[in-house]
Amino acid sequence: MMNDNSIDHYRRRFLKNAGVTAASAVGGVQLINFANAKSDDQAVADSVRWGMLVDTSKCATDCTACVDSCNEEHGLELFDRPESDVQWIRKVELQNKSTGHQVSLPMLCQHCENPPCVDVCPTGASFKRDDGVVLVNKHTCIGCRYCVMACPYLARSFVHENLENQRSWSPRGKGTVESCNFCVHRVDKGEQPACVVGCQSDGHKALLFGDLNDPDSEISNRANTISSRELRADLSLNTAVRYEGL
Amino acid sequence: MPPIRYSRVVGKSKSYFMFLFSLCALALSGLVAAHFMDTNGHHVTGMTNRVVWGLPHVFAIFLIVGASGCLNIASIGTVFGRQDYKPLGRLSALVSIALLIGGLCVLVLDLGRPDRLIIAMTHFNFKSIFAWNILLYVGFLLIVVVYLWFMMEPRMKIYSRKVGVFAFVWRFILTTGTGSIFGFLVARKSYDTAILAPLFIVLSLVIGSAIFILAHSAIMRFGERPLRVPLISKICKLLALFLCLLFYMTLVQHLSFSYATERHGVEKFILAEGGIYTFLFWGVQILIGTLLPLIVFLVPYFNRLSFLLMGCCMVLLGGFAQLYVIIIGGQAYPLEIFPGYIVEDGFFSHSIAAYVPTIPELFLGVGGIALVVILVMMVIRILPFVEESSSSSVH
Repeated sequence: MMNDNSIDHYRRRFLKNAGVTAASAVGGVQLINFANAKSDDQAVADSVRWGMLVDTSKCATDCTACVDSCNEEHGLELFDRPESDVQWIRKVELQNKSTGHQVSLPMLCQHCENPPCVDVCPTGASFKRDDGVVLVNKHTCIGCRYCVMACPYLARSFVHENLENQRSWSPRGKGTVESCNFCVHRVDKGEQPACVVGCQSDGHKALLFGDLNDPDSEISNRANTISSRELRADLSLNTAVRYEGL
Repeated sequence: MPPIRYSRVVGKSKSYFMFLFSLCALALSGLVAAHFMDTNGHHVTGMTNRVVWGLPHVFAIFLIVGASGCLNIASIGTVFGRQDYKPLGRLSALVSIALLIGGLCVLVLDLGRPDRLIIAMTHFNFKSIFAWNILLYVGFLLIVVVYLWFMMEPRMKIYSRKVGVFAFVWRFILTTGTGSIFGFLVARKSYDTAILAPLFIVLSLVIGSAIFILAHSAIMRFGERPLRVPLISKICKLLALFLCLLFYMTLVQHLSFSYATERHGVEKFILAEGGIYTFLFWGVQILIGTLLPLIVFLVPYFNRLSFLLMGCCMVLLGGFAQLYVIIIGGQAYPLEIFPGYIVEDGFFSHSIAAYVPTIPELFLGVGGIALVVILVMMVIRILPFVEESSSSSVH
């Protein structure tokens, strides 16, 4: 017969083992993140191309988790002026004119391989990193807005307002242009962009982010097996964001 | 042919100084407007993330293309050797420089970060047509200054034709560049056409000639010098030819747009359902800016100075309207990202964008024009730019 002491002993051993297992799991995940992460002085490699696959069948009409997460992550303040407010990601509701089929999806910078915004920028402030992420150098952007004119996706915003409460990891500037940067501050640490995390937290999992150049990555495998398309494919921009179910 | 004599135009009357004072006040108000926009952010303007280039850009491009076209008068004298145009060369070059400076000031002051002008002058992305335009504008200023120097300095006069030819070619490239700013926007159905480059060249000749006629006539009148009305009439005939060319280019642009099904939407918008843009196109650009001036310039009954000058004013109105329709109308029409779908988003990205210019934008643009007039008035006050008498020996 097992006495109270032996029960306590087993309980302690169970808790101890469970604790070690949990700690190992967290540590392991963290190690994988560290392995994917790059140090601050390490250059971005062109062996990687970050991309996103949007599963429109999982994107809920009434959900704005990706937009909210993005706004929170980058400190984007809205002034109830939709046409001049900054938007790095927006929800779009579509209805097919012929069939009536309805689709909901997020629109963000498509991180084109051949970005028109980079082509037209007079100072070279709009640029593409080696890993395919399209960014704006806030120090050399003169605020001419030619890139906003050139973007086929209306994905760029000019900062029309004075800025407050900026995030140290996402510096911004009034009078300059900005757009989704795939949360490079997170991705460089081996984390997922805020919108992807937000979508997952809400239980939709409509956004899949990863390395398009890695044939073993989840995004590459899915892109290989499921039909998806880029927007404005006629422009031959080879976007890093693709949409399923459209 | 006797040498052409030039002298300064030194206004002394009360009305001259009142006029100058008013211009300075307007130019200053433009600066204040720019400071207001810079301090508060561009949300105080009518511009948005849908219409990112507004009224200041219309003013700026109007002045810049006018600068290129205005130099045509000097080119006719030096490059094509037309003697009767030669006395006008200096003023043509001066007004051209002033227009370019005025246009660039408006353009720079409307930047989100005008304080970073030095970056625009030192960091170049040579794939950007905008970067090329910066080089073309600065180059144009330098070339026209040299051109002026060669025209004014007797020892250098023998070289003035050579630099004149260079300036002639340069301004064709410059206006091609300005038109290509829009022509190279491949994603927008309202732009993305090679015809915008030659169209801008002809538009520059139209606007520049009209500005020159008005400037020259005003200076001769207020400088109390006789005006050669037959020469003005002759330039107006040339302007009529440019207007016909511009009308032809506009016609070809819209015919080609109307042919392509994918552009039917934007064509319908500009030509029929665009509200203010449709009105500006038919009412101001075509009727007031093209047809009426053509009648004035070509029907002998109207061959009088007052009518000709009125015709030039109408041409300028039409040119301004055309730029407004191209620049703002082109942006107001939505991008088609999802063909075949009804689109809804909080950004109203698939409806016609609203744009109502605000007072600061208007003051910035008008301030640029005031600066142009001030520059011309100041320089002709200091240096001999205007022919002393329109001698009858010059034909």
